[in-house]
Amino acid sequence: MGIRFILMVNKQGQTRLAQYYEYLTLEERRALEAEIVRKCLARTEQQCSFVEHRNYKIVYRRYASLFFLVGVDNDENELAILEFIHLLVETMDRHFGNVCELDIMFHLEKAHFMLEEMVMNGCIVETSKSSILAPIQLMDKMS
Amino acid sequence: MAGSSLMENLFQRTLEDLIKGLRLQLIGESAFLSKAIDEIRREVKSTDSDTKANAIHKLTYLSSLHFYDMSFAAFHVVELLSSTRFSHKKIAYHAASHSFTDDTPVLVLITNQLRKDLTSTNELEVSLALECLSRIATVDLARDLTPEIFTLLASSKVFVKKKAIGVLLRVFDKYPDAVRVCFKRLVENLESSESQVVSVAVGVFCELALREPRSYLPLAPEFYKILVDSRNNWILIKVLKIFAKLVPLEPRLANRVVEPVCEHIRRTGAKSLLFECIRTVVTSLSDYESAVKLVVVKIREMLVDDDPNLKYLALQALSVVAPKHLWAVLENKEVVIKSLSDVDPNIKLESLCLVMAMVSESNVAEICRVLVNYALKSDPEFCNEILGSILSTCGSNVYEIIIDFDWYVSLLGEMSRIPHCQKGEEIEKQLIDIGMRVKDIRPELVRVSRDLLIDPALLGNPFLHRILSAAAWLSGIYVEFSINPFELMEALLQPRTTLLPPFIRAVYVQSAFKVVIFCLNAYLLQRGNAASSSYIDKLVPDVPGLVSECDEPESSDLASCDSPVHCKQDEGFNPRVLNQSFEGLLPEHCGEETATRGQVSASSSLKDGFTHESIINLLNRVELALAPLTGSYDVEILERARNILCFIELIKRKMPDCLVQKEESLGREEAPASQIIRLMHNAFSNDLGPVSVSAQERVPVPDGLVLAKNLEDLETIFSDVQLPSSNSVSLGSPQYEDRAGFSLPILQSKEEPGPSNESTSLLADHRKQHGLYYLPSAKNEDEYPPANDLKLQADTNDGDEDLVKLTEQFLVSKKKPNHAKPRPVVVKLDGDQVHIAANPDRKEDLLSGTVRDVLLGSDTNHTSSQSKVSTKSSTQRKGKDKLNVDSVTESKENLGDIEKHDQGNPSSRKSKHHSHGKGRRHKSPGKKGDEREENGQKVKQKSSHSHSKHKARQRAEVPLNVVALTPGIPDFLL
Repeated sequence: MGIRFILMVNKQGQTRLAQYYEYLTLEERRALEAEIVRKCLARTEQQCSFVEHRNYKIVYRRYASLFFLVGVDNDENELAILEFIHLLVETMDRHFGNVCELDIMFHLEKAHFMLEEMVMNGCIVETSKSSILAPIQLMDKMS
Repeated sequence: MAGSSLMENLFQRTLEDLIKGLRLQLIGESAFLSKAIDEIRREVKSTDSDTKANAIHKLTYLSSLHFYDMSFAAFHVVELLSSTRFSHKKIAYHAASHSFTDDTPVLVLITNQLRKDLTSTNELEVSLALECLSRIATVDLARDLTPEIFTLLASSKVFVKKKAIGVLLRVFDKYPDAVRVCFKRLVENLESSESQVVSVAVGVFCELALREPRSYLPLAPEFYKILVDSRNNWILIKVLKIFAKLVPLEPRLANRVVEPVCEHIRRTGAKSLLFECIRTVVTSLSDYESAVKLVVVKIREMLVDDDPNLKYLALQALSVVAPKHLWAVLENKEVVIKSLSDVDPNIKLESLCLVMAMVSESNVAEICRVLVNYALKSDPEFCNEILGSILSTCGSNVYEIIIDFDWYVSLLGEMSRIPHCQKGEEIEKQLIDIGMRVKDIRPELVRVSRDLLIDPALLGNPFLHRILSAAAWLSGIYVEFSINPFELMEALLQPRTTLLPPFIRAVYVQSAFKVVIFCLNAYLLQRGNAASSSYIDKLVPDVPGLVSECDEPESSDLASCDSPVHCKQDEGFNPRVLNQSFEGLLPEHCGEETATRGQVSASSSLKDGFTHESIINLLNRVELALAPLTGSYDVEILERARNILCFIELIKRKMPDCLVQKEESLGREEAPASQIIRLMHNAFSNDLGPVSVSAQERVPVPDGLVLAKNLEDLETIFSDVQLPSSNSVSLGSPQYEDRAGFSLPILQSKEEPGPSNESTSLLADHRKQHGLYYLPSAKNEDEYPPANDLKLQADTNDGDEDLVKLTEQFLVSKKKPNHAKPRPVVVKLDGDQVHIAANPDRKEDLLSGTVRDVLLGSDTNHTSSQSKVSTKSSTQRKGKDKLNVDSVTESKENLGDIEKHDQGNPSSRKSKHHSHGKGRRHKSPGKKGDEREENGQKVKQKSSHSHSKHKARQRAEVPLNVVALTPGIPDFLL
């Protein structure tokens, strides 16, 4: 499965984006998000960005007020996931222009489409910013 | 109607309104949201598609971020999917992929819509459908849409093609037969000139190979080419992951791969790729010394880096490499130990793992010393991590690395006193386990237990109660090693024991009983011996031989407690014994101490410990302390307390004449009291030992014994059991028969009349309640040989030599420098290791079987199985037919095969040869496969019996399985 889920959570612990690549019930999701947020947000800057949780790992990174948390299988490459998070932020930055929490809140669907371009079935499928954004811009034009 | 929907639309809140409203709401979030949901429920039913789309848009948002169930809208989502407007379709697809599951009933309605969109000329629509399919595809959807996906795999648009590849993972998962159709095109894409396409294809293979690598060995040449040629780090990381799985299966592959991997390590500047290379080497190429050396250099660089991420990963890599190359850890010992005090708990844990990896027989003491110091300093959580790993490392494989048990037992005592210690249960388990397994250590165990028991402060910490329970039990059962039973009794009865939970208090009471019996018995013997003092002199030299003989146990005890060290501790403790009842004893203690300086006089000195007065004091003290417990609400405590009290009452009544008689008639005729005491003592001095998991199996079932399968009828039997029987029946071991000789009412009520069936069930009950004193597997403890039966014991210890050694060690193992001391005998049973059987996943079997099938190109079988399948279900056939039309090349190939199949025997050798001839260039020659077919078939039949209906496929797997193991495959590569 590689990537199991991607979460964006703000400093207060509110989920701003949640994308799951394996099926979980709403209750499971709620519990999982609460646990993870509690675990990760308590950590300091001096601590590493990897947390083991249940039978998988969480790789996370903080950008301003927003935490990007990615749940991955144990044999996934943590550093590559960190690069992936960075790529995601850069891509959103390019699209929204200095992306902030509000951009994601009000354009959640667009953020999801970007993710869909980048990840499929939990595999990273696209890593070029312009290729990711091309269909998004096309969609904007169409509607 | 149109008007109303227009109005609806006009006044409908958009998602943006909703989000803004949510931020500004004053009525509370949940109230606001449930209002919004009510609104949506109404809107979603609207005939106006804008309104509907908007409602679903909002609903998806609320569902994904606020966990609202949106299954009620599933049908409306399907409705919206068929909208011609792209913006609606977009919303619908997003909602569907977010909320649909395999169980969503309306899923069956969207097959045609998906098919339509997959064949759309608008690539964005195709993309939407593919994305959605990658999330929600079910078995049916995957089967029915395989032809469309197959077509898209050859799309000229990279944008579509890469998604078609990406969706395959889910499709293969759900419908393994899709492999037969799509696999070839998937493999072709590995060599695509578009790096985006290669990237996705490699990603798919990476996932597939992680699950079941063997099937993908034949593709090694393709992967190798990518490994050498590609400059895209994302792709390289995936390929490295694939090789990490393939290499262990095919050692010669390692030879080829190791150089390119090292090349990447030297060349790359990307940390992620570097780390992947490191991981590949440590997991799969650890036999290549040069590669490991190179990697360890890189790990070292990461270890000393300021970035905590690199440090953490480096520690992880080290712990992977540790089992094979411990030198790599030892080289970095300082950094690892320093990391124990890192700010990051994760890093601390990793370094703890590594420290434990370095533990060996020779350094276990020093490392544990360091760790305990760290434990004292750290936060409760990490402290317990440390203690836990010390316990598990030291206890692993029946204390394999422990030589000096004296040290280990006192370490356990020390660990119990660490303020944050919460490992009570594990320490308890080990204390008792060691007590039973390692005979020589019992005196030390009793000493450690005593130190724990006499400290009233420890009773206040609930985490320690389990440890105290073990300590109480140990000092009761091995009371003969106690230096000062009076002091022990005092500790067992101290007022603060009220803080203990009832089941542990019961253990305390029972131990007190054992101590009473021991003291009385020792006193009696000593009276007897006083009369014939030559008896003792004769006994002392023989001590080791008598260790396990229960008739004169005190002689060995005396020998065990004659070391001056113990007496000094005693001296230190004496002032703390505040109890008035022992005041009379104090002078005697002092005398004893001076006397014990000389070892020879040891026995005579302790003899003075048991005076008539002290015994009476002891009994009074016990009576005083336990009397209130007869009002206890806990049955265990009540029962046990009454046992002791009745016993004491009985003894006290007989005591005077027993003494008189003793003094007069030199113990020739024993008084009833001493008889009772002796019998009780014998009952308690039987040794407990570990019981093997398989012990019960070895007991032959007696002829004519029929064991009931379930125990339902026990209820009726139990009603009979309640009646006291005058003629008590033994449990089958002699000491119980002895006990039955006298009639203590309470004791009798504990014994159970009736056949052994009931007694075992009662034992089971007892076991349930007091599980900790049973070894995990013993179903029936009366099969354990009576401990004092020397012959039997020798049997359990595999031979008499052990016993000899044991007794020899008893002499030698007095205080001596640690390393000179030989390791005591640790009783080990064959059942101590548990092995777990893994059961393979059937579905994965199916998928990988199909993959192998396709990779090794047995087209005959594949078509024959296809047609077999298609005759079974008409829907499937529809898909298949279409497929043959779609794929020109395939159908051409298939045509001949189908004809052959129609002629009859699809599995004939001929057709097999034929198919092999057509196969991929690097696959093994067909003959080899044929030769081994007979063998393979047998093997295969075992593994794939789960789908016996696919006979044809089974056959197809045969040559292929053989091939995967024979040197045939990577001949292109090697």
